[in-house]
Formats: sequence, C-alpha cells, structure tokens
Amino acid sequence: MSFFPITRATLMKDVRLEWRSKDAINAMLFFSLLVVVIFSFSFDPTAEESRRIAGGLVWVAFLFAAIVALNQTWARELRNQVLDAYRVSPAPANPLFLAKAFGNLIFVMVLEALMTPLFIVFYKLRALGPGWELIPVALLGTWALVVNGTFFAAVSLRTRSREIMLPLLLFPLSIPALLAMVNATTAILTGEQSPQFWIALLLAYDVVFTVACLLLFETVLEAE
Amino acid sequence: MNPVHYLYAAYVATWPIHGAYLTILWRKYSRIRREMAKLKRS
Amino acid sequence: MKRGFSILAVVTALLLSFALYEALIGAPTERTMGDVQRIFYYHVPSAWTAFLLFLINFVASVVYLVRRSAEADIVALVSAEVGVVFCTVVLITGPIWARPVWGIWWTWDIRLTLTLVLWLIYVSYLVLRRFSTSSQTSLLAAVLAVFGALDVPLVYFSIWFFRTQHPSPVMGDGGSLDPRMLHVLLINWAAFLCLAWLVCWTRYRLEVLKREVEEAQAMESLLEPTR
Repeated sequence: MSFFPITRATLMKDVRLEWRSKDAINAMLFFSLLVVVIFSFSFDPTAEESRRIAGGLVWVAFLFAAIVALNQTWARELRNQVLDAYRVSPAPANPLFLAKAFGNLIFVMVLEALMTPLFIVFYKLRALGPGWELIPVALLGTWALVVNGTFFAAVSLRTRSREIMLPLLLFPLSIPALLAMVNATTAILTGEQSPQFWIALLLAYDVVFTVACLLLFETVLEAE
Repeated sequence: MNPVHYLYAAYVATWPIHGAYLTILWRKYSRIRREMAKLKRS
Repeated sequence: MKRGFSILAVVTALLLSFALYEALIGAPTERTMGDVQRIFYYHVPSAWTAFLLFLINFVASVVYLVRRSAEADIVALVSAEVGVVFCTVVLITGPIWARPVWGIWWTWDIRLTLTLVLWLIYVSYLVLRRFSTSSQTSLLAAVLAVFGALDVPLVYFSIWFFRTQHPSPVMGDGGSLDPRMLHVLLINWAAFLCLAWLVCWTRYRLEVLKREVEEAQAMESLLEPTR
C-alpha cells in the first residue's frame, strides 16, 4: 500500500472512532466553552480595545483547547500497543504521523469554529480589515500548533508526567508561530496593518516544521 | 536607588548563579563517589 | 590530562580577576550611562558564551543523530547545561542594567527576546533529559535540539518584524565602541570562555564517571545470584 491511502485510511478510522465514542469531543467542546466564558469574565474591554486584544485572547484559548486535544493523540494507540506493532512492521511511519496530525487539525479547527462565534458575541467583534484572511491565518496557525504538537505528543510518550511534558516542549518552539498568529489576527481585526508578513511567516514555519517532523518521526517512533 | 548599586547587584548576582551550578556538580560528584565506594565493597 | 586541567583552572582564576579589575576600574567611564554601563562587561560576554555553547550543542546533537556516539551525546548534554547557566546570567544582568539606564526592567527587543526563547528551549531540553523514561533519551534530546535550532531564525524574524510595528527602546551599548572598552570586553570574554571551558570539562568528566558507575551497577545487578 502506498503513502496516501494509508494516511487516509488511518485518518478515516480515527474520525469514525471519535464520532462513535464522542466522549473526547464532548469534553473538549465543553472545555472550550468554559475557556471563552472565563476569559470574557476576566477581560471586559470596550469594543475599540477588544479588537486590539482579541487576537491574543482567542489564540491563547485555542492553544489551551489544542493542548487538551493533543494530549490524547496517541492514547488509543498506547492502550492497544499499536505503536509497538508499527515499530515491528515494515510500514513507513509517516502516514501514521500525517493521519494523526490531520485528525488533530480537523478536530482543533472544529473547536475553533465553535469558539469563534462565542468570542464574537462576548467581545462584540467585527473585523475592520479583510475578514476572509482570517481563514488562512486559522488554517496555517492551527497546523503550526498541531504538527509540532502531534510530534511532541509522541516524544512525551517516553517521559514521566506526560501531560505536562507536551506543553513544556511545545510552547517555547511555538513562540514565533504564536506571535505570527496573534499579530495577524490583530492586524485583520483592527485593519491598521497588513497581515501579509505574518501569514508568510506562518507559512515558512509550517513548511520548516512539517518537513522536520516528517524526517524525524520515524526516529522518534523507533526510540523505545 | 543610586545607579552604581545596580552595577554591584549585577556583578554580585552573576557569581551565585555560577556557584549554584558548581555546587550542584559537587553534590553529584559526592554521590558518585559514594556509589563507587559501595560498588568496590560488594 | 589532570595537569592541563589544573593549568586551565589557574589561568581562569587569574583571567577572571584581571578582567574584573579592568571592568570595574581599568575601563573608561561611559559618558551617558556612567558607571552602571560596566555591567555590559559581564552581560555581553556571558551572552556570547551562552550562544557559543548552544551552537556546540546543536552540532553535537546533529553528530549524535548521524553517528550515535556517546561522546557527542555527553558534549551535547554538557554544553546545554552550562549554556543555560550562562544564559541565566544574561537574563538576570540584562534587566538589572536596563532598569537604571532605560527605566524599564524588560523590553521585547530582539536580543533579549531571542535570549529568553533560547533559554526556554534549552530548559525544556534539560527537562526532557531528566524526565525521559526511554533508553534512548539522547536521541529524543538530539531531536529537540535540532527543532530548537530550526526555530531560532524564525524567532529572529518574527521579533524583528514585530519591532518594526511596535517600536520600543533598544537596549544596547549606544553604537560605536571606544577601543579601550572593546579591549576590556574581549578580556572579559576570554575570561568567561575559560570559565565555560573549565566547567564543561568538569561536567564532562563527571558525566563519564556517572555513566561508568551506572554501567557497573547494572552489571552487578545482572550478576547477582537469584534469591
């Protein structure tokens, strides 16, 4: 079997399993809602100010939701010794990685899609710049978090305190991406600057780290 | 606060940081020495 | 070997004392900032040393990924640890210098922010090494180091652009440097490099010893008669 069919098959399997069990999805949906509400209580700015800080708030909220999703990326595989099977089999590891990463991407974007209307309502947000540009920002930004997140979720499998190791490893590396996401969003909401540089930076970040993850995932998987 | 006090603070702050690390190394070394002694005995 | 180490220790002590004298008394007083500027002679060499050590860590990590040699792994570990120590000094002396001169403890200027991010990445590297339960900790750590190195240019560009949009004070030495000040700066750098070399050498020997002891302990538990 070649690369993409394996990726798609694994991805579809994950989606189906998640859809059937729904417990992870429901828990995360509720968590995302809670995060939005708590942020809204803590920061209550005027409409003018809210456009300036919403970029940061929204992405921090998305980051928390993403971490919760990422932490359980490999849980099912661990429970059923799938990773050991992969190590023994001659199948390449990258389709597995991509399937997991795409699965996480879809999942986190669903969460974002649900959190965004809430943010708009609570903060009375309205984009003064080109609103449609928020879509590539969300896509590229989420991929930046998810590609490294899936990779380091696999690395943290071989550590104590797994749940805290993932954010600990992920956050420092994600700083340029986070800076880009937040500033791009703020630029679009306030309409004061062009988000183009930030979108280009996100693209560069995504390319660099996707390649790095694909090159090194097999090595990490082999590490017992 | 007199600016010069900041100068002293910086120089004084530097050395405990190096010192703390060297202390950690010293403690590691003591522990290894004890382990080696235990191994030699058995 | 041991003699070389002792010679280095003596040279380091002498250089550090001389460098301290030069920094506090020998160097001319800066016109605008006054004596506080002398923090610069500790802050900047520590930064250069830290960055050099992180570079050594990157090279050692790549060597390890390619060759899986234990020496490369120990060099990586040692340079990361000592690098974090020097980086901590930079992050502490930086704000102490900034406060009296520019009135603020911190600013998101490119050098400080890059130093902070490197510090964070390498602290996470050390945490990974400590918390790993894998027998291939070295491999995972080397992978993290490579990711960190890939991140650095991205961090640089992101902060650079951020600063063009949000200008704020640049904490620096004020442009051109008096040759006498450069002289003192280089002496201090030489002194700190010797200190770094000395500490790294010590840590390297300690790690080699530690691994030998662990191996011996493992062998002993294998050979122990079953009860």
